Amino acid sequence: MAAMRKALPRRLVGLASLRAVSTSSMGTLPKRVKIVEVGPRDGLQNEKNIVSTPVKIKLIDMLSEAGLSVIETTSFVSPKWVPQMGDHTEVLKGIQKFPGINYPVLTPNLKGFEAAVAAGAKEVVIFGAASELFTKKNINCSIEESFQRFDAILKAAQSANISVRGYVSCALGCPYEGKISPAKVAEVTKKFYSMGCYEISLGDTIGVGTPGIMKDMLSAVMQEVPLAALAVHCHDTYGQALANTLMALQMGVSVVDSSVAGLGGCPYAQGASGNLATEDLVYMLEGLGIHTGVNLQKLLEAGNFICQALNRKTSSKVAQATCKL
Amino acid sequence: MGNVPSAVKHCLSYQQLLREHLWIGDSVAGALDPAQETSQLSGLPEFVKIVEVGPRDGLQNEKVIVPTDIKIEFVNRLSQTGLSVIEVTSFVSSRWVPQMADHTEVMKGIHQYPGVRYPVLTPNLQGFHHAVAAGATEISVFGAASESFSKKNINCSIEESMGKFEEVVKSARHMNIPARGYVSCALGCPYEGSITPQKVTEVSKRLYGMGCYEISLGDTIGVGTPGSMKRMLESVMKEIPPGALAVHCHDTYGQALANILTALQMGINVVDSAVSGLGGCPYAKGASGNVATEDLIYMLNGLGLNTGVNLYKVMEAGDFICKAVNKTTNSKVAQASFNA
Repeated sequence: MAAMRKALPRRLVGLASLRAVSTSSMGTLPKRVKIVEVGPRDGLQNEKNIVSTPVKIKLIDMLSEAGLSVIETTSFVSPKWVPQMGDHTEVLKGIQKFPGINYPVLTPNLKGFEAAVAAGAKEVVIFGAASELFTKKNINCSIEESFQRFDAILKAAQSANISVRGYVSCALGCPYEGKISPAKVAEVTKKFYSMGCYEISLGDTIGVGTPGIMKDMLSAVMQEVPLAALAVHCHDTYGQALANTLMALQMGVSVVDSSVAGLGGCPYAQGASGNLATEDLVYMLEGLGIHTGVNLQKLLEAGNFICQALNRKTSSKVAQATCKL
Repeated sequence: MGNVPSAVKHCLSYQQLLREHLWIGDSVAGALDPAQETSQLSGLPEFVKIVEVGPRDGLQNEKVIVPTDIKIEFVNRLSQTGLSVIEVTSFVSSRWVPQMADHTEVMKGIHQYPGVRYPVLTPNLQGFHHAVAAGATEISVFGAASESFSKKNINCSIEESMGKFEEVVKSARHMNIPARGYVSCALGCPYEGSITPQKVTEVSKRLYGMGCYEISLGDTIGVGTPGSMKRMLESVMKEIPPGALAVHCHDTYGQALANILTALQMGINVVDSAVSGLGGCPYAKGASGNVATEDLIYMLNGLGLNTGVNLYKVMEAGDFICKAVNKTTNSKVAQASFNA
């Protein structure tokens, strides 16, 4: 029947075999997804305009009320490097800590860790990379040396009963090295897991990844670290974030990082967008029938609030479509 | 991300990464390098045909009226990118769609490159005859899976519209002119809300049965998500071979590429898109419109799929039309690449 039609596309022959494998590559999606909201930290950190401490606190409180269960609050880094995070202690002390919600903070070194604990932190985050050059440029040491630094933090955290999450940057590509091998990502991830990180977030730092590369990377990592301990952190610099996230979900990952309003730019591509927008992620998950616990309406309100404070338009398409101009 | 100094921009290796691995695809012969083939997802089509709808669907929804010579230049530039199908204009009454009032001049004015097809929309027999007189060699008809949308959009029921299209498609076939069929509201309707996959299948089957060689299933208001895309395609593919299907996703809620990936995984290998993500959404003010061709090509290149299209040339065409329409691009790839 179809063969009688003119101007058919060329792939008629392989269709039967394609159909056999195509649905199998889709996998079963998780029933619940934990969203790690990184807007107040990763998002704000990459925004040009500095927002006041009360605004940061209000944002986090609004996100708590939106039903998010993990909100990355701030970074205990020197304000010399990251002025936006200069008020880390005040923010952590000032937010309402809702029961059942985690408020992790970044701690690049032992000094930051101690300051974080003194300010009331119950969970900290350490930041590594799958690229030697990126590590050198970012924290001025090799990957191996960075492990030694992190080990100090992990040991201290263990004594104080504080959970530690690990980030692996450049998981799908590096601004300095270019392609990153999945084996390297697996190696760094495995190291973090064995050192005591309860969860490792694999970051497409410059947003260059596409679904096939995501799949290859995860396939390698999953052989070394249990799926339940993995998260993905996709940047939308090239518009690929949601498709990459979908691929990760198809492979069984059930923890996804995102940022309200898609906050944050990209330091490597001026004018480019940053994180995956939480609203757009929630929209997809809800459409897929996956439980998130997030109230999209309240989330939109939080996004609207922070965009006004930053004097910028939202990067979330859902927000753009639902706000009345 | 960590404490990255914001002074770092455009590192050499980064550019290399993009050039070597993600921007290939300007010729089918320039084949996959073995290293890239291993990252190809199994079960995906090897070649994806992109149907560029920027000059029609894109411009139609842009507020600024573009002069005829700009439209012609725009189409000519797109013709040089490797795109094999470019939807040029719509032979609709200028009363309804002022942007398309110069349809005859545009159709006559463009350079028709060999190997490139230039379909035009023809909502009725009159439009069809004008299109043919102006040199059209391929046409499209536009149906909907929603009664309310059909009524509001073309002022008749689905059944009545099928009658009109049948006239057009029959005349087209008589003249050996291929006809493509669109089914709007395939994943949701601005008036009716959710649309059953069965209804989409029914309308698609009608269009296919009357002689349309390809049916483009449109998520007109961009409300679809991978689950609803999958369910809709599963239903339609029971009646129509995947080789005769295309998807046309709007990015109103940021779901387009995820929905397209799902369609590819199900065996669809024809995707509509608009350079720069031209076009807004008449149903959600301020919302974006079509999926951007640049962002689509980026994903397909990354997946190791052939498109025959040169991403950089498409970006240049996008830059051209955005300046003409006085808007910033909706393509993330263009946003990331064009700022020095």
